[in-house]
Amino acid sequence: MSTATDDRYNKLEKVMKKLGYEKNSLIEVLHSTQGIFGYLGVDTLKFVAKRLKLSYSKVYGVATFYNYFRLKPKGRHNIVVCLGTACYIKGSEKILQKIEQRYGIKAGETTSDEALSLLTARCFGSCSLAPVIVFDEEIKAKVSLENPLCGIEESIK
Amino acid sequence: MIREKVRVKSFKIDGICVTGQSNQTILEVAHDNGIEIPTMCYMEGLSCVGSCRMCIVEIKGSHEPIPACTAKIKEGMEVTTSSPYIKTAREMILSMMFSERSHTCSTCVVNGDCELQSKSVELELEHSATPYLNQRFEIDASHKNFVNDPNRCILCTRCIRVCDEIEGAHALDLFGRGLNTRVIHDMDEPWADSTSCTSCGKCVYVCPTGALYEKDISEEDVIKKRKIITELIKNKS
Repeated sequence: MSTATDDRYNKLEKVMKKLGYEKNSLIEVLHSTQGIFGYLGVDTLKFVAKRLKLSYSKVYGVATFYNYFRLKPKGRHNIVVCLGTACYIKGSEKILQKIEQRYGIKAGETTSDEALSLLTARCFGSCSLAPVIVFDEEIKAKVSLENPLCGIEESIK
Repeated sequence: MIREKVRVKSFKIDGICVTGQSNQTILEVAHDNGIEIPTMCYMEGLSCVGSCRMCIVEIKGSHEPIPACTAKIKEGMEVTTSSPYIKTAREMILSMMFSERSHTCSTCVVNGDCELQSKSVELELEHSATPYLNQRFEIDASHKNFVNDPNRCILCTRCIRVCDEIEGAHALDLFGRGLNTRVIHDMDEPWADSTSCTSCGKCVYVCPTGALYEKDISEEDVIKKRKIITELIKNKS
């Protein structure tokens, strides 16, 4: 889709206009861009760079520096494995490994069919339920180490 | 912008009384007075970022060492440029540079003309104090004249600064963070596909190591023209 007809680019344009196309508003703009597009694609980043009159490398450097920014689209489902202290002691590392092996992706990656994104977190504050994983918005408590995907696998499509 | 009035300030470096202007850094005043402070990422004419921390000095009353290239001078400060503490700290910093990438001199094109190599000789670094954490990066040899080998990069950002400040292209910047940081062109594209690169070669000239080098040149013929840039800047102003 061209940038002129895509409504998302119009939205982005408005955000940048509001910020006065200031060069130092880059992080703010990238924030909004990810909110609008869901991720930061190369074409989108080039668009931002041109509008803010910044070099491509500068924009790409900032986008890759912060963990918050995603350069690839998110999967339709996501699993967040807690690696906080309590969950770690209860063996969440094994859970992560199991899921990684099952889908052939590493933490932070998305499967090639964009069905699943695997993420890690440092504690959800529900240590009494350890080990915990979060599937989409739903918390799964006391996950089995042998079969962590029990009851989840069917819904990942 | 309101300009601050430049005042003359006097202070001590290694017990010697020196004077400088208030907008000068410790390193500049030290150079003017013939006092040597080892540097790595610093290049005369480019902005100072203090990324390598090689020029750290002790200042009386301050707990931690401070990079001389970015620290402005103050009235009455007492600077120590070399002490056993500073020496160990510098060795540690250099060690960490070696541990981040695979700096194998025997297979490097700039062997004998490398600032990292000469610095380790100067500081008498015999072995690395930190474990090797280096990983393999892909070499970008797509450009017709130059090669970018991230495995030899020390992330001094001289190339980025010269491209931005002197050439005005800003084709290079840092990608990622931590151990995965490397110098990229545009959107991490192959050098040859970079639309903003002007192929001027300034980045190659200022590179302290063999991370950026000219193609088709044997080891003996490699001469880094680092002075060229400094001359260029001097003539410009």
